[in-house]
Amino acid sequence: MMEGGAGTWGRSGRVGLPFGACISSGLNGDGNMSVLSFPSASKIDSLRSKVELLKLPLTLSSKSISERKTQLGGTTERSRGGAGAHKPRPPAPDMDNESQYSGYSYKSSHSRSSRKHRDRRDRHRSKSRDSSSRGDKSVTIQAPGEPLLDAESTRGDDRDDNWGETTTVVTGTSEHSVSNEDLTRASKELEDSSPLECRRFAGPVLSGILGLFALLTPLAFLLLPQLLWRDSLEPCGTPCEGLYVSLAFKLLVLLISSWALFFRPPRATLPRFFIFRCLLMALVFLFVASYWLFYGVRVLEPRERDYRGIVGYAVSLVDALLFIQYLALVLLEVRHLRPAFCLKVVRTTDGASRFYNVGHLSIQRAAVWVLDHYYTDFSVYNPALLNLPKSILSKKMSGFKVYSLGEENSTNNSTGQSRAMIAAAARRRDNSHNEYYYEEAEMDRRIRKRKARLVVAVEEAFTHIKRLQDDEAATSPKHPREVMDPREAAQAIFAPMARAMQKYLRTTRQQPYHSMESIIAHLQFCITHNMTPKAFLERYLTPGPTMQYQRENGRGRQWTLVSEEPVTSALRQGLVFSLRRLDFALVVTVTPLPFLNLGEEFIDPKSHKFVMRLQSETSV
Amino acid sequence: MSFIPGQPVTAVVQRIEIQKLRDGDNLILGFSIGGGIDQDASQNPFSEDKSDKGIYVTRVSKGGPAEVAGLRIGDKIMQVNGWDMTMVTHDQARKRLTKKKEDVVRLLITRKSLEEVVRQSMMQH
Repeated sequence: MMEGGAGTWGRSGRVGLPFGACISSGLNGDGNMSVLSFPSASKIDSLRSKVELLKLPLTLSSKSISERKTQLGGTTERSRGGAGAHKPRPPAPDMDNESQYSGYSYKSSHSRSSRKHRDRRDRHRSKSRDSSSRGDKSVTIQAPGEPLLDAESTRGDDRDDNWGETTTVVTGTSEHSVSNEDLTRASKELEDSSPLECRRFAGPVLSGILGLFALLTPLAFLLLPQLLWRDSLEPCGTPCEGLYVSLAFKLLVLLISSWALFFRPPRATLPRFFIFRCLLMALVFLFVASYWLFYGVRVLEPRERDYRGIVGYAVSLVDALLFIQYLALVLLEVRHLRPAFCLKVVRTTDGASRFYNVGHLSIQRAAVWVLDHYYTDFSVYNPALLNLPKSILSKKMSGFKVYSLGEENSTNNSTGQSRAMIAAAARRRDNSHNEYYYEEAEMDRRIRKRKARLVVAVEEAFTHIKRLQDDEAATSPKHPREVMDPREAAQAIFAPMARAMQKYLRTTRQQPYHSMESIIAHLQFCITHNMTPKAFLERYLTPGPTMQYQRENGRGRQWTLVSEEPVTSALRQGLVFSLRRLDFALVVTVTPLPFLNLGEEFIDPKSHKFVMRLQSETSV
Repeated sequence: MSFIPGQPVTAVVQRIEIQKLRDGDNLILGFSIGGGIDQDASQNPFSEDKSDKGIYVTRVSKGGPAEVAGLRIGDKIMQVNGWDMTMVTHDQARKRLTKKKEDVVRLLITRKSLEEVVRQSMMQH
């Protein structure tokens, strides 16, 4: 009733049709009359149960929308079936329990061969929202005109429910609306935005300030005596000039190498402090501070007159800074280049795994390293490709019905029944592997067929256009052809291949990743660069790495590092940590690379000699 | 003993029957063979025609069943128990001689001296 009302809410043109159709579906006029004389309490009960179910799509759980819609359908079936048979309506919670399973058993009771038709029928059903087509399971009574008749009277709050239904039920299976996966992805991306953008830059800014301070210190050492007590300074000749030059060049080298090595925007925010970096910053700070201390005590206070000594002091500071930079280079950059550990990275959802060689890193740095490579090496995570269809897995328990033959002592019966069922289920031959095998073979065949169609369509489409050579334009006045730029050319040849492409993407469950706009943009790109149809198709035939599907946004990706050890400890054998995202995780296991014992053997090139095999003699 | 390709091989043969001697778990015949279509025929010291890839007896152990039965070194084995030995590999020859189920091997062997004997006996008449 509600469903019909919703159907007519959106499309007011179809008011009369389901009504008439239901009358002809075998009800007498009495049934029709009885609908109009419904007690309003039970109507509200049915609506209440419907509201419970309708709340579910809003929470964006992983349950698919189509499943929920079959439950919805089950509810309406139940409610209508109860009404048509004039039965007293059971209270709402019980009906909820029943309706939970009605849609489910409906799906699984049909055989596998008719599942294709059932799927197509499901899709039609959800698109048309016409529950008269659902009437093969139970008798449905509809009075879609009814909500319009008494819209004012008893359904003040019901109108809200109606409104809720029309706006929240998104058809997960029509082509142009937002599917459930899009919704979850959009919500995920909202969560991905890092809360504080400036937190990323706190560390580098601090180290930048410190570095600047350290660089300006020698200059300050030189300038301060000149400014303060210039008159009483001893003049300093050629040695000072030399020291000035060396000081200048060393400062230049320090500046350039610091800029080249250290001042890069960080690509990751680590959960804990980066120990080596903190160590080095502390070292630099202590160093410069102690130099200032000595300077203050020995030079500024007694107004030291030996300028050459002061210059030498500044040069020694710069030397020491250069050595600290060398230490930083080794600790931060070089130490983790030589491979020492082998990391095995496994994705929890589909088992894709890789092995990587890394050097001595801390856990958090190793995590960043792994994630860098994850984005380019692992194929993109497609949640639609994961599970076995339910019909295969759920066949086990649905075969047996247990009848109790007369005895009414129920204490032993339930446990006895369940045990008997379990024993029977264990003994019966489990053929679900068979189903799985045939299902997979069927899927492969379907994919290959669609792929063949797609390849042919694309090849044909590409033959329609060709690149215009420069001299052709001038010398062919009698065949004026329309000259197009790449975008128009792409749109022109997209039409014949669109259908094949869409079917192929649908079969391989890739359609959330490629919108029509992106396909046309890619086609334009390929045409511009003279690519062949095969080059155009490589993007769609194999699921590429996650990097291919990234959108450029400044917000980062949120990953959680889960580990039993503190994340700043170094890698060692047997360490396991995992990197978690919302719906999948990467589990990383650390093993050390084996120690290689390399021996030597020298072969004289003249020692390669051969003979024919002599007659072998066998004694019998 | 020369062999013309395409023509049937004709030779004067002697029948030799060797009883296999049981030595523990093995049955031994007491001689060694060489040759075969997978071997190098030019190394064969006993053959007249150095392209002859037949099976030759290269050694006969003293007092063994083969010597007792009359096998001599340099004999070419043509048949073993009815199986042809002129176009076999070395391993096939070994297998046919060392079948565990057979206690007796009946060989057809040929040697150059046989032909001379026959010719001489024919010439005398």
